[in-house]
Amino acid sequence: MTLLSVTALAGGYGPVKVLHGLDFEVAHGEIVVILGANGAGKTTTLRALSGMIPSDGEIVFDGEDVTGRKPQVLARRGVAHVPQGRGTIDELTVEENLRVGAWTRRDSDVAADVDRWFEVFPHLADRRTQQAGSMSGGEQQMLAIARGLMSRPRLLLLDEPSLGLAPIITQELFAQLGDLNRELDTAMLIVEQNAGLALRLASRGYVLETGRIVAQGAATELEGNEDVRRAYLGL
Amino acid sequence: MKSGPGARRALLIRGATTIAVVGVLCWLPQQYGPTETTLYAEALFIAVAAMGLNLLTGYNGQVSIGHGAFFGLGAYATGILMLDHGWPFLATLPVAAVLAAVVGAAVGFPALRVKGLYLALITLGLAALFPALVNKFVKSTGGTSLVQLYRVRPKPPEWASSFAAAEDQWRYYVTLVVAGVLFALMVNLVRGRFGRALVAVREHEAAAETLGINLARVKVSAFAISALYAGVAGSLAALVRLQANAGQIEVFQQSIIFLVAVVIGGTATTLGPVVGAFVVVLLQDHTADLIKDEPTLSPALFGITLILLMYVLPDGLVGGCRRLFRRIRGRMHAGSATDSAPT
Ligand SMILES: Nc1ncnc2c1ncn2[C@@H]1O[C@H](COP(=O)(O)OP(=O)(O)O)[C@@H](O)[C@H]1O
Ligand SMILES: [Mg+2]
Repeated sequence: MTLLSVTALAGGYGPVKVLHGLDFEVAHGEIVVILGANGAGKTTTLRALSGMIPSDGEIVFDGEDVTGRKPQVLARRGVAHVPQGRGTIDELTVEENLRVGAWTRRDSDVAADVDRWFEVFPHLADRRTQQAGSMSGGEQQMLAIARGLMSRPRLLLLDEPSLGLAPIITQELFAQLGDLNRELDTAMLIVEQNAGLALRLASRGYVLETGRIVAQGAATELEGNEDVRRAYLGL
Repeated sequence: MKSGPGARRALLIRGATTIAVVGVLCWLPQQYGPTETTLYAEALFIAVAAMGLNLLTGYNGQVSIGHGAFFGLGAYATGILMLDHGWPFLATLPVAAVLAAVVGAAVGFPALRVKGLYLALITLGLAALFPALVNKFVKSTGGTSLVQLYRVRPKPPEWASSFAAAEDQWRYYVTLVVAGVLFALMVNLVRGRFGRALVAVREHEAAAETLGINLARVKVSAFAISALYAGVAGSLAALVRLQANAGQIEVFQQSIIFLVAVVIGGTATTLGPVVGAFVVVLLQDHTADLIKDEPTLSPALFGITLILLMYVLPDGLVGGCRRLFRRIRGRMHAGSATDSAPT
């Protein structure tokens, strides 16, 4: 069953058109990756999905047309966006960042979830009361992801989660994402430059070039396709 | 793991500090005469207004130099209800609070569209507009807008005669209790869900929005709550000064005093506005006494002291103390824990 279904998505920044009609979908609990070179429009796609920029076309989330809705509405429907460059709140502590991530929730399990992510990311637990802005880039990236998960999203949008992370940390992170997906059934739409790692995690992928989808298919298929590898993935 | 020995010690220090501060505040009117007691009561209601402004400007990043208007609104609500309608003081408090909050929300909506200096200018306009409105609508005896409450001033009740036999003492303690309750509420507010949202909106609007935070609702609420605090402060001021007044200069001056108290004490700290209010009120009083027959020099002296304070402690008294405390603690811990970052 589809969780997210996007048809003819177009959008950009004022007069600058970046996306020229994208069609893609994400099933319940599925991990999908969007690949593409710098400037292809990957970040813009995620921004359009979470309502941060106006867009044309149709975005249907869980059976509801959410095209043009505000970010706060999408957050409440269960979309969490971990933006490129993290977007953690520097002046709040690590724990406060996690708690503010649970803003849309009204249940009493928030504290338990905070502890849960501290277990998953022990580096963060050691820095519980430290201000987020005083942590390293890698730690902030982990915090941003943990914070995104604090809302218990049904769809997690991850914009280049590996950016600025040491390779070993990236591997650990992707392993964690896989575990989370199996355990919580959280669907993920991941934008990545690190194609190899992302394709091993995802079940399907799309390749974006200058605002158009130029290739798509099962992850193994994309990884095995020589043309795609050479032209777009740099593998 | 949340309540290690460090956390328990911090809790102990916080508890001891609270008891000490409350003790001193309760003891002040017993020790000092009516002039000083009234001065301290003044510091208390200015602290209340500064707490409110700190919520808006410190935690939420919306600068207002017009809070003197909400303050004046509260003072007039109390003044008119007591004088013309015979209400007891305490009954006027909620009216002043709600009135200020409603007007605060009404100002908060247009404030959504502007930021920084532009917002400061709009709120300044509010401070300029308020006295004009008062002069138009409030006409007491003699045709001025001054409301005198001496005739209807509250008397200390029988049961309080052991500690507040004098009227100034009674007014001080009423102010202290109201300020204490509002302080506790404020601490809860900024340490909780709403406080985190305020900082998130101040620091990173786009990120806050994707977390599901309704920017408009948070900002307008901050405006309304901070105006409510200023309104209650004004109401208390009417009680302490036994009058309500709204001269152009006074309203403007009052607005600046609140802002100075917030900045001197330490923005976005819970204790900062209270410390700042006491420092500002006492400093103003002392510099006024310092040079006899030179009325122009004392404000200058007050100003110079403020400049020096900001130079030495750019993040305010509470911020500075906190930094000092961290450095001492860091030195004590140095060498014991040197864990490395993952990247
Ligand atoms: N805020 C912006 N204003 C105008 N143009 C932008 C903005 N952000 C990105 N762009 C342009 O949109 C295109 C796609 O950018 P982006 O979506 O960030 O690519 P990617 O994430 O794939 O690297 C680029 O040509 C970029 O210059
Ligand atoms: Mg990008």
